[in-house]
Amino acid sequence: MAETIVFIIFAAVALVGAIAIVAAKNPVYSAIGLLSTMFSIAVMYVLLDAHFVAIVQVIVYAGAVMTLFLFVIMLIGVDKPDAYGPAVPAQRIMTAVVSVGLFASIALAGRAAWVTGSDAFGTPNLNGTIENVSDELFGTWTVVFLATVMLLTIAAVGTIALAYFGHEVEDEEAVL
Amino acid sequence: MTVTITWYLLLAAALFSIGVGGVLIRRNALVMFMSIELMLNSVNLTFVALSKELGLIEGQVAALFVMVVAAAEVTVGLAIIIAIFRRRVSANVDELAEMKG
Repeated sequence: MAETIVFIIFAAVALVGAIAIVAAKNPVYSAIGLLSTMFSIAVMYVLLDAHFVAIVQVIVYAGAVMTLFLFVIMLIGVDKPDAYGPAVPAQRIMTAVVSVGLFASIALAGRAAWVTGSDAFGTPNLNGTIENVSDELFGTWTVVFLATVMLLTIAAVGTIALAYFGHEVEDEEAVL
Repeated sequence: MTVTITWYLLLAAALFSIGVGGVLIRRNALVMFMSIELMLNSVNLTFVALSKELGLIEGQVAALFVMVVAAAEVTVGLAIIIAIFRRRVSANVDELAEMKG
C-alpha cells in the first residue's frame, strides 16, 4: 500500500515536470521541470529495487547534467522566448495529436506483444546492488564498457575541439 | 491495489510521448534538448521495470549504458548550441535553416 501511494505521488510529479518542460515559456522553468522528473524517476528506480541505478540517476542526471543545462542557460540568457511562433500552421494541435497517438500506439503494441516473466511482479532475488550490477557489467559486458569509455573520451575531445575552433573563427571575423 | 509493471510502462510511455511533443513543438534548442533527455529517461525506466519483471539484471546494465551515452550527448550537444550561439546570438532552431542541399 505504501508503495502504491509513493508511486502515485511521484508519477504525478514526473508527469507535471514533463509537461512543465514542454509548456514553460522560460527555459529555467523547463530545467526545473526536468529536475523534478529526474528525481521522481530515481524514486521509481528505488521502488524497483534498482538502488545503484537510482544513485547514478541522482548523481549523473540530477547533478551533472542539470548543472550543465543550468550553466548553459545562464550563459545564453533566459530572456529569449520562442518569439517566432509555430513554424507550421496548426503545429500545436498536430503535436498534441502525434503525442496522444504515439502514447496510444505504444500502449496497444505493448498489450499485443505482452511477454510475462515470473508470475508475480518482480523476482524477489533480483536486487540491483552495486555488487550485482558490477558483476554483470564487468563480467559479461566488459567490451561494451570499454567502448563507452572511448565514447566519453571522444565526446570530451569533441567538446574541446568545438570550443577551440569556434573561438578561432570568431577571431578571423574580427580581423576581417 | 498493488503497483504492477503495467503502471511503470504506461508512465514511461506517457513521458516519452510528452518528450516527442516537446521536440516537435518547441523551437528553443535547449528545451528540445531537455525533451530528448526526458525521452532517454523514460526508456531507462522501461529498461529497469522490465529488468525487475523478468528477473534479469541486464536491464539495469542497459540503463547505465544509456546514461553514459546521454552524458556524452549532452556535453557535445550543449557545446554545439554554445558554438552556434556565439555566431548567431540565438538558440532558435528555425534560424538555422539556411543550409540548402
